[in-house]
Amino acid sequence: MLRIECPWCGVRNEDEFAYGGDATVERPAQDASNEEWSRFVHTRNNPSGEHTEHWQHVNGCRAWITVVRNTVTHKISSTAPASPILPFADNMINQGT
Amino acid sequence: MTQKFRTAAGGLIDRNRPITFHFDGKTYQGFHGDTLASALIANGQHLVARSFKYHRPRGFLTAGSEDPNAIVELRTGSRKEPNTRATTIELFDGLEAKSQNRWPSLAFDAMAINNLFSPLLSAGFYYKTFMWPASFWTSVYEVVIRKAAGLGVAPTEADPDQYEQCHEHCDLLIAGAGPAGIAAALAAAATGARVVIADEHPLIGGSLNSEQLTIDGKSGVEWAAEQMEKLSAMDNVRVMTRTTIFGYYDHNTLAAIEKVNDHVSIPAAGQVRQRMWIIYPKRVVIAAGATERPLTFGNNDKPGVMLASAARIYANQYGVKPGTRAIVSTNNNDAYRTAIDLHKAGVQVVAVVDSRANPDAPLAAQLDAISIRLITGKTVGAAEGRQHVAYAQLVSTDGQTTEPDRIDCDLIATSGGWNPNVHLHSQSGAKPVYDDAIASFVPGISRQDEVSVGAAKGSFHLQDCLDQGHAAGVDAAKMAGFKVKAKSKKAATAGDDGVYEIEALWVSPTPYNKSYKQFIDQQNDVKVSDVQLAAQEGFDSVELLKRYTTQGMATDQGKTSNVNALAVLAGQRGDPVPEVGVTTFRPPYVPVAMGVFAGHAVGHDFMPVRRTAIHDWNEKNNAVFIEAGMWLRARYYPQKVGDTINDCYIRETNNTRGNVALVDVTTLGKIDIQGPDAPEFLNRLYINNWLKLPIGRARYGAMLREDGMTFDDGTTSRLAENHFFMTTTTANAAPVLSHMEYYHQTVWPELDVVFCSVTEQWTGIAVAGPNSRKLLQKVLDIDITNEAFPFMAVGECKMNSIAGRLFRISFSGELAYELNVPADFGEQAWIELLEAGKEMGVTTYGTEALGTMRIEKGHVAGSELDGRTTAKDLGLEGMANRSKQFIGKQNSERPGLLVEGRLQVVGFKSLEPGVNLRIGAHLVDDSVKLDSVSQSQGHITATTYSPSLGCGIALGLLKDGASRHGQQIDAVFPLDDEKVRVEICHPVFIDPKGELVRA
Repeated sequence: MLRIECPWCGVRNEDEFAYGGDATVERPAQDASNEEWSRFVHTRNNPSGEHTEHWQHVNGCRAWITVVRNTVTHKISSTAPASPILPFADNMINQGT
Repeated sequence: MTQKFRTAAGGLIDRNRPITFHFDGKTYQGFHGDTLASALIANGQHLVARSFKYHRPRGFLTAGSEDPNAIVELRTGSRKEPNTRATTIELFDGLEAKSQNRWPSLAFDAMAINNLFSPLLSAGFYYKTFMWPASFWTSVYEVVIRKAAGLGVAPTEADPDQYEQCHEHCDLLIAGAGPAGIAAALAAAATGARVVIADEHPLIGGSLNSEQLTIDGKSGVEWAAEQMEKLSAMDNVRVMTRTTIFGYYDHNTLAAIEKVNDHVSIPAAGQVRQRMWIIYPKRVVIAAGATERPLTFGNNDKPGVMLASAARIYANQYGVKPGTRAIVSTNNNDAYRTAIDLHKAGVQVVAVVDSRANPDAPLAAQLDAISIRLITGKTVGAAEGRQHVAYAQLVSTDGQTTEPDRIDCDLIATSGGWNPNVHLHSQSGAKPVYDDAIASFVPGISRQDEVSVGAAKGSFHLQDCLDQGHAAGVDAAKMAGFKVKAKSKKAATAGDDGVYEIEALWVSPTPYNKSYKQFIDQQNDVKVSDVQLAAQEGFDSVELLKRYTTQGMATDQGKTSNVNALAVLAGQRGDPVPEVGVTTFRPPYVPVAMGVFAGHAVGHDFMPVRRTAIHDWNEKNNAVFIEAGMWLRARYYPQKVGDTINDCYIRETNNTRGNVALVDVTTLGKIDIQGPDAPEFLNRLYINNWLKLPIGRARYGAMLREDGMTFDDGTTSRLAENHFFMTTTTANAAPVLSHMEYYHQTVWPELDVVFCSVTEQWTGIAVAGPNSRKLLQKVLDIDITNEAFPFMAVGECKMNSIAGRLFRISFSGELAYELNVPADFGEQAWIELLEAGKEMGVTTYGTEALGTMRIEKGHVAGSELDGRTTAKDLGLEGMANRSKQFIGKQNSERPGLLVEGRLQVVGFKSLEPGVNLRIGAHLVDDSVKLDSVSQSQGHITATTYSPSLGCGIALGLLKDGASRHGQQIDAVFPLDDEKVRVEICHPVFIDPKGELVRA
């Protein structure tokens, strides 16, 4: 059972969250090529080690958060609101859980 | 019946509380405190099971949860539980148990003939022996093998008992309440830290209860009982007996099974049988002890062969003599205790057979003092006897002498050394390492917040166990931030318990070098020769060996066999044991009943049921319900006895199309959206335009996913300048909300918009049919003439006294309105509408008629939005504004999605009178045979009989379908050998110009 620290609610069990995919892929500009848009949807790194990913506290406050998780050990080194410009987000970044 | 094999006195049983129980129909007596195993042994019943593959007679190898053999069926009827271990079942009055995997009886098992066919059943036999003909596999081989090999039979009735799950948080969790665990608990608890200590036995104390040890001058039993009292009295300590920690998961989360009422016949009213604990400790001390392994010799599976420690446990803890004439066969010091304890219990110990040439001198002297013969440099080569050991054949350990010694005996107490219980350590992600000194695996480097102490760490000296436990308890308290007093007491002081020395002996030579069955994994009937064969055939890594031979894969997880198997593999490879490595242990440590994983989440408690405000009315009016996700929706409304589903939906459809009818549409997802950027947000979510939607108007919209496929559709209305109201399909209500939250929170956080699900706040009632306006005008306070309230108009209204919202939208294709009222007034509004429409013959309709009308009208729904269809495929491309940005725009323009040959939505009419179409039917040209579905040009997605057209109709996805209207094709359903000729047509069957909805 992963224990994930929601920046708004504190440490909660994994089953309150839904995995939301790789948070490192950047959405291309509107006029980007077909290749770039296709890569954005279909191509993912599969790192052995730290990975930055999105999770949603779906059975909680419903916030989307960014989780840095080690894919080998499952250790979570930080969690933060997914959007840096949400109100108070700068104060809510957690280091280490 | 007399208990012939009871000792005169002693043991932790209550001789004043006799218990009557039954095994295989025979009645026996035991005492309170017995296990089923100890009580059977007290009655001289050693034969309890037949083995998995060869149906060999089996008895008790151990006295605990590691036993591979003593597997019985417990209780009867709905409480029947197959594959329980007799060695862990606490005896209760009236207990009924049966042996398994035998026919016709335990003593005479016809399938024991498998023993003779054993060459056919060697490692990997199912890959080699039964290869062809292929058709024999399902019809003959599997049937026979399933019958011949196996365990118990699952009960067929529902389990009447309750199970539950609990969560516990603590500073320190201690797995195992032997001396090391107790010492850790005492040390940590003294600081005020919150401690949970769990043990699978009904008493704490572990080995103290079955060994003749002393601590602080008291007997081990006495000391353990005192500590139990002390710990139980502390507010910051939870002592959990009958509780096994069975899983060590990520982030220091552990799971335990508490057998709350397995020791009674039936749980008292309101009590659970078992409870699962999810435990979140800051630190874990693994004090799980060690498991003895047997020596490996010929016929070492025969009843009467028992672990040396188990023989001691039966004698010391249960007051039972496991035999009358015993020999002890060992390669280490520990088993000498068995000889001494059995001697004290009144068992004749004929000899201790030590495989080592030069055993420990003080131990030899102890044996000499009680006149027990010590034989050195020899070991048991084979056990002989029919269904029980009658004599042992001794051979030289080095295999040199060929003439074996025969010793008559009915008990061979065997010890091949001790394996620390590294299971939880391994489950936590760590790798055990091999320790030559004890010839076994010990914990390696910790990966989580855990430490092993005592025997679980490979320390078999009692004082070491106490010291390590104490230190680990102090450390855990410190780490959790508790102050440890400088003069914190030292651990308790143990009496002298000698030294542990071992010389590994993995496989004994056989008498005359003859071939014998030497079992390694007794539960799965894996022999030394199977492991050697696997290695010869190239399955020579531990992971392959395990899967090829099934060694360690039975319900005992190879607790007594894993290390022996690795050593035999290492010998075969010519490598040292550590080179071979060890497989990863996985939860659960002991078998756990499915019921406890389900807990309370069974039947209707598995998932919440969502009911609309109109549910009670529907129930009172005989509606037949259908599950839509968690929702219960009215499917149809029978009016009289014998009304079929067809009678109902046809009647309901006809009254809608010809008159007026109501349907509950509360389950559609509803999302309230507000903010200055709400129009822009919608404009990016949907493929069509939203910036200029007038206030008081609704619009149909479609959303794509980023990959360009269609995601969901629905109407969204503008209630005010910055206030919108979205509806989604019932199925996608939650995913659409998450999707919107994702884009709002991560991609476009700059948009000033907020939104929230209001699905349950509003009751939705669709009023449909040519008379819908007439009905609504009677009860509404606003003008709803076509001029004042045209198609797609939205407005606030009052119906009688209820304030609501009215939407002129139509799913049925008729003149229709959707009335939303606050959910608290939902039933009232429904009843008032029915009341007002009574004179004009208003009825209700369910999802069956709703579905029929949506197919007739050609609206796409979930079965067409299958994640593989684009807006173009669905005929929605005309709505898209490709000059703006929207989700999925770029990827829906990928060249591959624009080419010919894609599946597109079309309608179908059955050309065969009275024959309806089938969902899932494939569309093939008439020249193609039924079995060639690879020739499929598409499939049917939704079907109905159309009351309006008087024939079977369908929607479906057909290759280039949009350009094939008017052609004919076959709809085939090979599973039932069906083939129906159909005409391809426009998906909108009625009123294609939409005149009705605008009337």
